[in-house]
Amino acid sequence: MRVVVCIKQVPDTSEVKINPETNTLMREGVASIVNPFDEFAIEEGIRIKEKHGGEVIVITMGPPQAEEALRTALAMGCDKAYLLSDRAFAGSDTLATAYTISAAIRKIEEIDGPVDIIICGKQAIDGDTGQVGPGIAVRLNMPPLTYVSKVREVNIESKEIVVERLMERGKEVVKCKLPALLTVVKDINSPRYPSLFEMKKAAKKPMTKLTLNDLTMDCSKTGLNGSPTWVNKIFSPELKSVSGEIYQGDAEECAKKLAAKLLELKKGATV
Amino acid sequence: MSSLKIDKDLCVGCGACVDTCPQGALYMKDDKAEVNEKCTLCGACIDVCPVKALSIPRDATAKTNLADYKGVWVITEHDGKKPISVTFELLGEAVKLAKKRNTYTAAVLLGNNVSEMAKEVASYGAEKVFLCQNPVLEHYRTEPYGEVIVSMVQKFKPEIILTGATTQGRDLAGYIATKLETGLTADCTGLEIDEATGNLLQTRPAFGGNIMATILCPNTRPQMSTVRPKVFAVPPRQNRQPEIVNFDYDFSNLPIRTEVLEYIPFEEKISLADAEIIVSGGRGIGKPENFEILKELSNTIGAALGASRAAVDAGWISYEHQVGQTGKTVRPMIYIACGISGSVQHLAGMKHSDIIIAINKDPEAPIFKVANYGIVGDALEIVPILTRELKKAIGE
Repeated sequence: MRVVVCIKQVPDTSEVKINPETNTLMREGVASIVNPFDEFAIEEGIRIKEKHGGEVIVITMGPPQAEEALRTALAMGCDKAYLLSDRAFAGSDTLATAYTISAAIRKIEEIDGPVDIIICGKQAIDGDTGQVGPGIAVRLNMPPLTYVSKVREVNIESKEIVVERLMERGKEVVKCKLPALLTVVKDINSPRYPSLFEMKKAAKKPMTKLTLNDLTMDCSKTGLNGSPTWVNKIFSPELKSVSGEIYQGDAEECAKKLAAKLLELKKGATV
Repeated sequence: MSSLKIDKDLCVGCGACVDTCPQGALYMKDDKAEVNEKCTLCGACIDVCPVKALSIPRDATAKTNLADYKGVWVITEHDGKKPISVTFELLGEAVKLAKKRNTYTAAVLLGNNVSEMAKEVASYGAEKVFLCQNPVLEHYRTEPYGEVIVSMVQKFKPEIILTGATTQGRDLAGYIATKLETGLTADCTGLEIDEATGNLLQTRPAFGGNIMATILCPNTRPQMSTVRPKVFAVPPRQNRQPEIVNFDYDFSNLPIRTEVLEYIPFEEKISLADAEIIVSGGRGIGKPENFEILKELSNTIGAALGASRAAVDAGWISYEHQVGQTGKTVRPMIYIACGISGSVQHLAGMKHSDIIIAINKDPEAPIFKVANYGIVGDALEIVPILTRELKKAIGE
């Protein structure tokens, strides 16, 4: 069983603040982390390997410093890592990113052998699109299984997987032929924390850098010019200020005033 | 290869771009901005520059004859019997876009024995219905649905395709856009037509929902967007007969690699999306146990319980309660935000509420800007008093 986990290094967007004077993002001191949804993907890859044997390969596309994210994945238990990094990939949107990563996975298959399962997080917390995973699946002609909340069964003989998918109003149980690509939600597992010992070990695990020249691909389909979507404008939304009734001071009094208001509103709503 | 261009003559050395760069790729040298290899061309710096010294030159040649593409399509999502609400919401929006583009509005309807639904989508604005029926399409599956729609698009060439940003809609749109090698913008909160170019201006929260971005897809067609449920209102219903275009698809060559074994519906409870009143908690709630305080309030007034992303990410409450860009978009009559500061991504999910009530310690919190009523104070102190007072009044 060969599992490839695709991860992304992201700024910790929960720490990002807006400068109220200039209405711009303040990124200073914001740490880079492994996209939280990808930690569930890494964990699930390792669990499949622990149960069925084989290896887990982790890959990321990004600037050189994305290597840190790969080291974290190696410390959690992945066996080897590929860093997909080239100036030519910069500015890729989801279509170009999925295309580039799929070309890299083809390269990994040449180096390491055929891949049975690809796992991605359901989306990255900076872009929140969830489009790269399914895009990779399409490029590699694998069925995409999105929003997976449980891997019920992996059958190596029959080359099949049974998963539960988390939908808005229920769960769908799907059987699928392998190879397949999964995107996972956070209900699927609890990612492990790597120990100091494992972090030391991770420093010695193989890390291969792949650039444009290493891949067989159409270079017009990657990077900024391979991206059909353009960011036209970035702005802080103007809040239509409502001049609301805001109470300040004694908690008891304020709460009583609000309670009276709520009853009035509620009456209006139900009449 | 593309790179960030910095016009040194224009640059005034204010450093705004350096502060904004998510990658730390910009720095000051001799009072002018410089860029290093960490730059990912994300574009965050472009609009913060007060003197427009930064730019990313792009290849602006169309990859196809854009004028060949006409019509605004909405992909119908349904439960086998009737379309879900987001389909109607999108049809209302599609009609407006089509009018500006002087073109038609259509719904795409796939399934097994679903032709009855054609009238339904027509009554919300679809002039045409592209219909494909087959037992293979009984349950939604990515590949069969995706392949049928891809061949429909290749034949009829729509200029815009909208799908709901639901699990199914996002799954399907990602498949179609990749096959067609066109642009797809997720979770749009606003759609407009640029009068000058005819391009679709797709606005969505970006950078973790901290800021908004307008996305274009100028050189390829169709332009594709997913839109969250409840972002747009359901348009008024009108009786109308659609023009039905039956579409035959040969499934014999399509490998069917997935099989839906079972569907397990969740227990019904007050659904966040349909609730008239929502009591929602954020970072200010402090710990999981404190959500009990909000539960008591919501039980008292028959409200559903919501939460901000911060509270869900901290693991205090499950994801199904999340309101905001990556959770649910809601339109209740009353929304009570407790200990929620009101980040862009949260506001995107609840700003259409009729009445917004905010309880927050920080008088400067953005939530107060949209609040009709509010209390500056600790939600943990205020909410129990509020509940007590309401119980008293309702008990009477």
